[in-house]
Amino acid sequence: MTQGAPFNVPFLAVAMLIGIAFYIILSQRNLIKLVMGLGILASGVNLFLITLGYRKGGVAPIYTNAPIEKMVLPVPQALTLTSIVIAVATLALMLSMVVHIYRHTGSVDAEKSRTMKG
Amino acid sequence: MRKIVLAISLSIFIAFLIAAALLLHPFGYPPSQMDDYIIENTQRETGANSAVTAVVFDYRGFDTLGEATILFTAVTGVIMLFRKKKME
Amino acid sequence: MSKIVRTISNILILFIFIYGLYIIMHGHLTPGGGFQGGAVVASGIALLIVAFGSQNIHKSLKEHHLSTLESSGALIFIGLAFGGIATVFFYNFLVGSPVFGHIPPSGPNAGDIWTGGMIPLMNLAVGLKVFAGLSAILLVMALATSMTEMDE
Repeated sequence: MTQGAPFNVPFLAVAMLIGIAFYIILSQRNLIKLVMGLGILASGVNLFLITLGYRKGGVAPIYTNAPIEKMVLPVPQALTLTSIVIAVATLALMLSMVVHIYRHTGSVDAEKSRTMKG
Repeated sequence: MRKIVLAISLSIFIAFLIAAALLLHPFGYPPSQMDDYIIENTQRETGANSAVTAVVFDYRGFDTLGEATILFTAVTGVIMLFRKKKME
Repeated sequence: MSKIVRTISNILILFIFIYGLYIIMHGHLTPGGGFQGGAVVASGIALLIVAFGSQNIHKSLKEHHLSTLESSGALIFIGLAFGGIATVFFYNFLVGSPVFGHIPPSGPNAGDIWTGGMIPLMNLAVGLKVFAGLSAILLVMALATSMTEMDE
């Protein structure tokens, strides 16, 4: 499908995703939008791991019906499984901390929720 | 002032990302020696019909143990944050 | 929720549970395994929480039941890892033995479910752990955000 392209298109897509995620993290003040930016960063890294192991004209690495010579690499797919579960656990913990901050200080703004003053 | 520093650092970072994306190996021809060994010897050594499950649970089972620990710690943290105050 | 939604979700939870158990048990033959099947079954619990309300679900499914399930899943996983300690940690000691130890012929073949060594047992342990963990997170969060709406 990408035979006519002289440069690597999926790697550029990953670079764009990570760049957008970093812009969101550095410039937003609402805490929930910050957490969304971290979710986009996790998705970008998972996409990068999977596209590292693609072989041209390859099939899935399951032995039920497939020729062995053209299988895709299985190790990056295994690492991506672990990374997705870790992203889910991290996002759950971060969101419950945001709910806790909202209950104690009454606002979801990052500048107004600093209680260590003076 | 803050926006100028943000713009300069973000543009340098994105330039590095795009340069790294263009200089990687060509998409579709990965260097693969470890995976060739795994694809050839999975059915004889582990007896599973799927290479991905064999890698997750047999060749790299220690990483799965670490991930199970992370899941357990996150669930413990969430349940602890939502307890009701029973202090008297 | 209305009566139609409650009746349909009562019927659908059985099919979702069987589908998730199928994905967990056939992890060594098809794509899938413990983590994916556990997430499917946890989404069935999310359907029940949305249809019936978290207070009604909390009357019969408390957090310490789910915590016991999750800890037992983790202990079974570590016990299987220590089973092959004679060679190395995490050695596949059931390949060749009559429990789960057929060896499939090389090349493309139709799958046999009694293959795989200790991989199906580890899939069951991890599936139990992921299901209990994700359901506990969903239940605790739904309970905490619904009670404050009722109080104030």
